[in-house]
Amino acid sequence: MSVYSKRFDGRGFDELRSMSAKVGVIPRADGSAMFQIGKTMAYAAVYGPRDLHPKFMQNPETGILRVNYNMMPFSGHGNRVRPGGGRRSKEISMVIQNALLPVLNLKEYPNAVVDIFVELPQTDAGTRCAAITAAAMALADAGLEMKDLVCAVAAGRVMDKVVLDLNYLEDSHEDGADIPVAILPNSGKVTLLQMDGEVTREQLKEAITKAKDACKKIYELQKAALKERFVRE
Amino acid sequence: MTEQVLVKDKEIVVPGEKLAIGMSFLPGSGAYRDSEHIVAQRLGMVSVEGKVIKLIALSGKYLPKIKDKIVGKVIDVLMTGWRMELNSPYSAVMTLKDATSEFIARGADLRQYYDLGDYVVCQVVNVTSQKLVDVSMRGPGLQKLRGGRVVEVSPQKVPRIVGKEGSMVAMIKQATGCEIIVGQNGWIWLSGEPEGEVVAEQAIRKIEQEAHLGGLTDRMATWLGDKTGKSVAPRGGAQ
Repeated sequence: MSVYSKRFDGRGFDELRSMSAKVGVIPRADGSAMFQIGKTMAYAAVYGPRDLHPKFMQNPETGILRVNYNMMPFSGHGNRVRPGGGRRSKEISMVIQNALLPVLNLKEYPNAVVDIFVELPQTDAGTRCAAITAAAMALADAGLEMKDLVCAVAAGRVMDKVVLDLNYLEDSHEDGADIPVAILPNSGKVTLLQMDGEVTREQLKEAITKAKDACKKIYELQKAALKERFVRE
Repeated sequence: MTEQVLVKDKEIVVPGEKLAIGMSFLPGSGAYRDSEHIVAQRLGMVSVEGKVIKLIALSGKYLPKIKDKIVGKVIDVLMTGWRMELNSPYSAVMTLKDATSEFIARGADLRQYYDLGDYVVCQVVNVTSQKLVDVSMRGPGLQKLRGGRVVEVSPQKVPRIVGKEGSMVAMIKQATGCEIIVGQNGWIWLSGEPEGEVVAEQAIRKIEQEAHLGGLTDRMATWLGDKTGKSVAPRGGAQ
């Protein structure tokens, strides 16, 4: 097996790309947030709870969550992403919804909907994780009842090494695996775990442990960004 | 195990943040218990009242509550009443009997009384578990709103705009000469001279932005004084 001695961008194997976060970036939305990690950038806007149409989707027991994930046509590597929804974005919307729903309590809003729109103007792998991290902040900003925030990061394998926060070069490496993980920072529970590629049992364990540690850093950033909205000028 | 509050009073906390440790503390609104911890359930400002730890919400939509005085907008006319929009996920119905003390003949055109797009001050009389809302206009001060303008603010900021016993809104009324009706749902109706309306709207926006900061009444008194050239007292008359 070949050795991955140094990462393509010179980072340490457990090192995340530089991050930034801001809450309240879309004034007309009920809640919004931006999260940027390296060259991947996600904007999330939350609308609602609001009236749900079409009516057949209404649930009289509870409010529902609807997620729309979208990579902008000019994102990625300049080889134009086809605009609009597709098989990929539909699936990612669904996994984001499943990652966020366990913390939300929408029982107070029967027949209503909470809409999350995530737009990615610039992408360099790890988009679903950036989307979840941004969406969790936007939901909190919208004043919804949540048990916890949600933080997500991609772990993975490149050749013999377990690495964190893969960029596109690593993500698309022929000998590797991509393992996006979403974690509730206070309870340590996992709400998203996917894998594309092959790893050994030990590598998977190591990847999840490392992702949990990395999520603590992301959580601190989320907390700071949410609080920053209300500091005394 | 030591029992203690882990956050400061009036601190801003995020969902999932631990507020206190110990079984003697009680979670108030916006908080929940997770074994020995009291945990924040939303983004909010901590308020410790003895052993009860609750959160004051800083954002969120209006949920209708019985007896709330609100400003509503007529969006549809039904067979026996009107449908109202309340700046909330749910709309309300006002039946004929609750609408006016006037006699309304069978088959009369209800748009003569309240037309589509009209704003009214009404009161929530009933909310069901499925969030079906009934409002009424029978009561003192409940009326149709003619002229003026409606300003939308975050419903969480309404108590700050009203002030203690209506002191803040009374101050704005005195300074600008406007009539002001503040609905609990975050819709505020203003009517007066155009210049006064503009100043009143700016004042409301300023309060909304600085609602979580202290010493607001005094700052608003100075600000209103500068804008209108009148002397504005923090305790400016009864409402």
